Amino acid sequence: MTLDRRSFIKVLGGASGLALAGCATQGGSGAAAPAPAIGKTQEILPKGSARRVVVVGGGYGGAIAAKYVRMLDKSIEVVMVERNRQFISCPFSNFYIAGITKDMNSITIGYDKLAANHGVKMVYAEVTLIDPAAKKVITTEGTLAYDRLIVSPGIDFRSEEIEGYDAKAQEAFPHAWKAGHQSTLLRNQLQAMKDGGTVIISMPLTPYRCPPGPYERSCLIAGYLKKHKPKSKLILLDANPDVVSKKPLFTKAWTTYYKDNFQYVGGKKVTQVNVAGKSVSIEGIEDFKGDVFNVIPPQRAADIAVKSGLVGEDKRWCPVDVVSFESRRHKDVHVIGDAAIAGAMPKSGYSANSQAKVCAINVVNLMNGKPTVDISGINVCYSAVSEHESVSIAAVYTVKDGAIIAVPNSGGISPADFSLTKAEHAYGESWLRNILTEMST
Amino acid sequence: MKFKTSLAGWALVAGCTIAGTAAAAPPTPEMISFACAGCHGTNGGSAGLTMPSLASQSKASIVDAMKKFKSGERPSTVMGRLAKGYNDAEFAAMGEFFSKQKFHPTTQVVDAAKAKKGADLQEANCSRCHLDDGKDGKDDTPVMASQWLEYLKMQAELYDSGKRKMPKDMADKWNKLSKEDREALLHFYASVK
Repeated sequence: MTLDRRSFIKVLGGASGLALAGCATQGGSGAAAPAPAIGKTQEILPKGSARRVVVVGGGYGGAIAAKYVRMLDKSIEVVMVERNRQFISCPFSNFYIAGITKDMNSITIGYDKLAANHGVKMVYAEVTLIDPAAKKVITTEGTLAYDRLIVSPGIDFRSEEIEGYDAKAQEAFPHAWKAGHQSTLLRNQLQAMKDGGTVIISMPLTPYRCPPGPYERSCLIAGYLKKHKPKSKLILLDANPDVVSKKPLFTKAWTTYYKDNFQYVGGKKVTQVNVAGKSVSIEGIEDFKGDVFNVIPPQRAADIAVKSGLVGEDKRWCPVDVVSFESRRHKDVHVIGDAAIAGAMPKSGYSANSQAKVCAINVVNLMNGKPTVDISGINVCYSAVSEHESVSIAAVYTVKDGAIIAVPNSGGISPADFSLTKAEHAYGESWLRNILTEMST
Repeated sequence: MKFKTSLAGWALVAGCTIAGTAAAAPPTPEMISFACAGCHGTNGGSAGLTMPSLASQSKASIVDAMKKFKSGERPSTVMGRLAKGYNDAEFAAMGEFFSKQKFHPTTQVVDAAKAKKGADLQEANCSRCHLDDGKDGKDDTPVMASQWLEYLKMQAELYDSGKRKMPKDMADKWNKLSKEDREALLHFYASVK
């Protein structure tokens, strides 16, 4: 099929019943998008008579969405497209980076049991484009038709906002903000660093994946240095003017456990990296020199969401309906997880898990002609402040006046006296076990 | 099949907004309870050693636990903060959901001698409320069978330190048991499948 402008309008308009008049004048905005990558064109798993949901991405959101659609309605075929055979969790990868865990086994899962237990069909391929008009995805292995699509693509980086932070620089100054190879790079650099060296972590303005993540990382790396390289120091350069997550708790950890080897500096946005000169620049006015750099760049929805026109006017994140997580850009396409704009819900693994279930319920209801159901969601997020202590944030989410909000007078962070940090460390480990088991079985 | 796309077509859509869905129904028991599974396991079957299974708990026991978390009567870390986000009807919905889930048996290493001793202690002291080897419970008595030993030990510590309040009937029995007997009981419950 050749998709031209006219048929595109016809299919989209016909399916959604919406008049598109008035939109044409805004057409210029898409021209900046990269040309769509073309995958293989033959159809894989030709669709039979069964209705089909395709899920793009097998992370905290996607794997759960695939599983729960099948749990809710076995008559719906679910195909999950994921480029990796194994998923490595970002949550808890800081323990590996800081040398506390020996390997990534405890944060790595596969999909065989999920597929076998729930009849989720796996396609290991990379999605190169979504074609919402033809209702199919194009992948490196071929095309897949869908009735509804759930996209849980995660994030990619706005590396272009940091001068010199190209692919090669990302190996030298790893971001380690996608777990796996990047985590190993940072871990190895920390271990190879001579005692007396300086480690620099830089983090972007909000919103970014995992708000407390950089602060947890600072605690665990500071703990590693204190134990193994006591003459070394760590500096956290925060682009935000102040700590944006669990502030009283991280401040307490920094000032009680790491006061001799750690420094937090707010309002420092890294705009340039100099790999050869071992420094980062803050808007051309100030340089920080160091030995090991962890540059966490500003972020946006993953490339596939941008290429497929799922991002909003900010060109970064995907606007969605707050009940069904259906894209406000393309009909029958739902976006969940870090890529989605989900009101008060943070960009966390637990949020993605919770959104996946809300989305699965409503995708199944929509496909069965039943009314959609309002969200009741949760976020629970643990952060380690030392090798044996953790703190948490928790909230319950509901919808009000068309927006996702935290239920008033509920939720919050751990007590600041650290009276529960040992127990929360143990609960954090169970959090990881349960959430990864949910995704993989 | 040839696939060709027009940038103009994509651009056209980029500026448009798809209208919101029609009014949605209030959250169902599934909608409310699925969210708990991130920590408590799918359908409330826990794989985390410090996290209790909610599967097959009675409605009364779930509602009782949530109310006590909300009021602070039962000590907690995140549960008190989360419970404040729900009302009584939502607690009832959770209870309804989890009470319908299948019992979640776990496989864990327990001390066989302790478990055997615990079985006798259960029969003699606890079986009036902890029914069917702890697989069921009278009124709001929770399911103990197959809970993780580490979780049971954490709760026993909370009871013994006075932070978690015991029902009077339970205190009458528990306080008469030695430290070893208490531990034996926990091994027994953990072993029941």
